[in-house]
Amino acid sequence: MSSKLNNEAVLSQLTNRFGNAILESSEPYGLLTVEIQSSSLLEVVQWIKDEPSLQVSFLTNIAGVHYPDTTGREFAVVYHLHSLVNNFRIRFKCFLPENALMIDSLTSIYSGANWMERETFDFYGIQFNGHPNLVRILNEDSMDYFPMRKQYHLEDETREDKDDRFFGR
Amino acid sequence: MSELNEYSKLNHLSNETIDGEISTLNLGPTHPATHGIFQNILKVDGEKILSSEQTVGYIHRAFEKLAERRPYNQITPITDRLNYCSSPINNMGWHMTVEKLIGAEVPKRVDYMRVIVMELARIADHLICNSVIGVDTGALTGFTYVFQEREKIYELYEEICGARLTTNVGRIGGFERDFSPTFHKKLKAFLKEFHKVFNEFDNLLSRNRIFMDRTIGAGPISAQRALDYSFTGPNLRAAGVDYDVRVMNPYASYEDFDFIVPVGTEGDTYDRFMVRQEEIRQSLKIIEQAYNNLPEGSYKADVPEFYLPPKEDVYNNMEALIYHFKIVMGETPIPVGEVYHSVEGGNGELGYYLISDGGRSPYRLQFRRPCFIYYQAYPEMITGQNISDAVLTLSSLNVIAGELDA
Amino acid sequence: MGKIEDVPTVNGEGFQLTVLDKVIGAARANSLWPLPFATSCCGIEYMATMGSNYDLARFGMERMSFSPRQADLLIVAGTISKKLAPVLKQVYEQMAEPKWVLSVGACASSGGIFDTYSVLQGIDRVIPVDVYVPGCPPRPEQIIDGIMKIQEMAKTESLRRRYSDEYKSLMSNYNIESDEQ
Repeated sequence: MSSKLNNEAVLSQLTNRFGNAILESSEPYGLLTVEIQSSSLLEVVQWIKDEPSLQVSFLTNIAGVHYPDTTGREFAVVYHLHSLVNNFRIRFKCFLPENALMIDSLTSIYSGANWMERETFDFYGIQFNGHPNLVRILNEDSMDYFPMRKQYHLEDETREDKDDRFFGR
Repeated sequence: MSELNEYSKLNHLSNETIDGEISTLNLGPTHPATHGIFQNILKVDGEKILSSEQTVGYIHRAFEKLAERRPYNQITPITDRLNYCSSPINNMGWHMTVEKLIGAEVPKRVDYMRVIVMELARIADHLICNSVIGVDTGALTGFTYVFQEREKIYELYEEICGARLTTNVGRIGGFERDFSPTFHKKLKAFLKEFHKVFNEFDNLLSRNRIFMDRTIGAGPISAQRALDYSFTGPNLRAAGVDYDVRVMNPYASYEDFDFIVPVGTEGDTYDRFMVRQEEIRQSLKIIEQAYNNLPEGSYKADVPEFYLPPKEDVYNNMEALIYHFKIVMGETPIPVGEVYHSVEGGNGELGYYLISDGGRSPYRLQFRRPCFIYYQAYPEMITGQNISDAVLTLSSLNVIAGELDA
Repeated sequence: MGKIEDVPTVNGEGFQLTVLDKVIGAARANSLWPLPFATSCCGIEYMATMGSNYDLARFGMERMSFSPRQADLLIVAGTISKKLAPVLKQVYEQMAEPKWVLSVGACASSGGIFDTYSVLQGIDRVIPVDVYVPGCPPRPEQIIDGIMKIQEMAKTESLRRRYSDEYKSLMSNYNIESDEQ
């Protein structure tokens, strides 16, 4: 099934409506990727769901990424959305600085965002404002660090039986 | 106590005769009815469930962090262990993601071979789910019939890759070897015999009065709520929405095949069971079409930086030796970029979000796991139902613990 | 049903003379009731072992008990994470003596390929294990081999083993309170 919309049309509709909130856009491997300001996330997602010509009303995925080397934009939250009616996929990215690691929660628009945001919080420590129950989901509650951040090792730091000499460290 | 007033009105009893108490029941992590390790703490009033609270993460194995350490062809064994009942689908999805990243074109024969293997895996996954729904209603016989058929599918896997369950099948760019003559013989025998055993299993349950009474109305969800919770796969199709990644974003030449996407109406357990039964039949149809029209050609694409060269070339040819060294040591240059690719897994849209920075292992690999996403709707589906319906709903959702926790 | 023909007996009219250890050993070995603690992929291979092709029921394991109070053999099949380890220990403590533990698969034996922050590197960090079955997942024939070794152990175990000092010190190493006096 081919898509009924194309990337340029959707991008121009977005820029006409939101102007300054759209920071950058690109099309890696054919998927329209738009970087938006984190403060306007709820507005954009709500508008793109309600707009009759777009109807992007299915939340596919929420992922977090850690870029420790870029100051001021250390964390990114990536949203994949899908319009089932028009067969159109779009990706939104919001970059967050490490000292202000919060963003609005999408649970008011999509109930499915609940656990996806909890998982992102569990791995990266990103706070989602307005989330009904933002606690750890996959790791133990007693864990005191956010394991997917790049500075932490894959293995448990408290192990005594793994000798670093044999692993080249 | 207002819930008790509702209940008593429904049953024409006066408040004075009911001495009610709301108790907490732990449908705990180790329980014979939960096929996998997840915990539900239920608040029940007699047998009726008022609310439930879930705890997951009991098999969190940190796949995403593990993937950041491993080169691209070593990630296939860990994708196996996501939905381990249908592991070839996960493997193929990963290979297709990397092929999309590097821009590789695979020959048509590889596509058709992939379709055959993926549909066999889908049959295996749905067989387990449906027979387990039978076991939870008390019908244990179907389970024993179905596992014998799964053994036949395991034998087919063993012919192509050597392993039964966690297959690690295929390579980036195709397959490691062509289908052997034994595979052709076994597949022909499977296609001939499976119909009969499956019809026997179907006759046990599909129009069985007791089974229908148990499952109709158990754990329903409406299409609107299902879309809100980002359901995909047979659970969404049972609620009435015909979203199938094979039709919407075809991959591996699925547009060449003629098959129906079955859709239910109520979204309850009976609909989920029937949607999976019909999908098994459709998968058989697809395998027959793919097998009868299997095109001639190579079983691999021409991607020497990712695909290990044959050993004769490695010992005689300088380039093959260098490629072999680079692949094994993980020194292959990968293009920088980000790609999202999804396949129709046994439970829905299984997505791979891959960010590559040119290094030997991914910078970020995130699995969009359908089980994790639709399991959050479980409390809403069982509120107001009985405990035995809750158990049936859980097994009909086909929650695989490996995919839930990753 | 087990064969007791290797138990030395003297047959007479209405009586049989034999050694108590051997009879009890044979009875225990041939009717072990397993508790399948199946968490992940090895659990599916365990289900295939229970199926009709590899049939574990002929070893006396027809009735799987999911309640630890009625089980003899704890079969741990699959990855055990650190979140699940206290649950596993509690299930083990709830079983009554004599009890055996079979660790099926690489993940249960040593953590397997998952050398990560959240996976317990082997269940023998929390409970004592009798037989390890390696594999990822092990073929049903391997699981049956492991079960036959447990049967050997059950058959030849001394009746006073669970009361011995060596066993008590093993339990205290794991901080498991043994309530045999």
